[in-house]
Amino acid sequence: MTSTPTIPPLTGTITVDAPVEQVFRTFTDAFGSWWPAEYHIGQADIATAILEPRAGGRWYEQGTDGSECDWGRVLAWEPPHRLVVTWQINGQWQYDPDPAHASEIEVRFSAEGPDQTTVTLEHRHLERLVEGQALRDGITGGGGWTSLLELLAKAATNQT
Amino acid sequence: MDTNGADGLGLLGDPTRRAIFELLARRPCTVGELAQQLPITRSAVSQHLRVLKDGGLVVSRAEGTRRIYRLNPDGVTALRAYLDRVWAEALTAFGKATHAAPLDPEQEDR
Repeated sequence: MTSTPTIPPLTGTITVDAPVEQVFRTFTDAFGSWWPAEYHIGQADIATAILEPRAGGRWYEQGTDGSECDWGRVLAWEPPHRLVVTWQINGQWQYDPDPAHASEIEVRFSAEGPDQTTVTLEHRHLERLVEGQALRDGITGGGGWTSLLELLAKAATNQT
Repeated sequence: MDTNGADGLGLLGDPTRRAIFELLARRPCTVGELAQQLPITRSAVSQHLRVLKDGGLVVSRAEGTRRIYRLNPDGVTALRAYLDRVWAEALTAFGKATHAAPLDPEQEDR
């Protein structure tokens, strides 16, 4: 039923010199220790970010004032090889609780050897963010980012 | 990472330009409004805006005596460029963290 075309996913990869179990734990348990602090959505400065270690867990930031802002949910928790979380941040940099507007991030951890692991990340279903924006458009009258997302969807169609 | 947003990626590599981009994503602003929210002069804001405009990520329009800047609705690579930048920096930071600080043994039982 969706009228929004698929937007090509983003991908990234990095190879690190550590065992796959350790790499998975660093990515998840210690998420707040490495996530770049400038990327956050709360009004307060970010104190840490937390990825709850279970399917259905929350993925959120804690501000220095104690406030919390959700980013998404854990969809798949399969240590030490696979993790899927949602990214539900809309064009106003706010959490959108509607699962239909949730983009997904899948992270795979592959052991290249006993002390080397490749991490492959895919951020997909970006068009769901667009659908969320289109809906919001009818309510708020839209803005620059909203139009941007809509045109992004059109561009994705034209490219195929 | 992805080549689609290559121009945007370079433009958003500068922290101040990225801050301006994020402020404009929240709402359209004048140079003065941006300067109030950033630790730089109006002149410096204007210079960054010029770079962002030349790169196609930002547009402006006159509204009375004010000039309002906003994200370019035709700059279709901007969203992907931005998220691409987020993940490129996040993965780089993650790689450094993994090399620099193996987890404490006490976390083994998590």
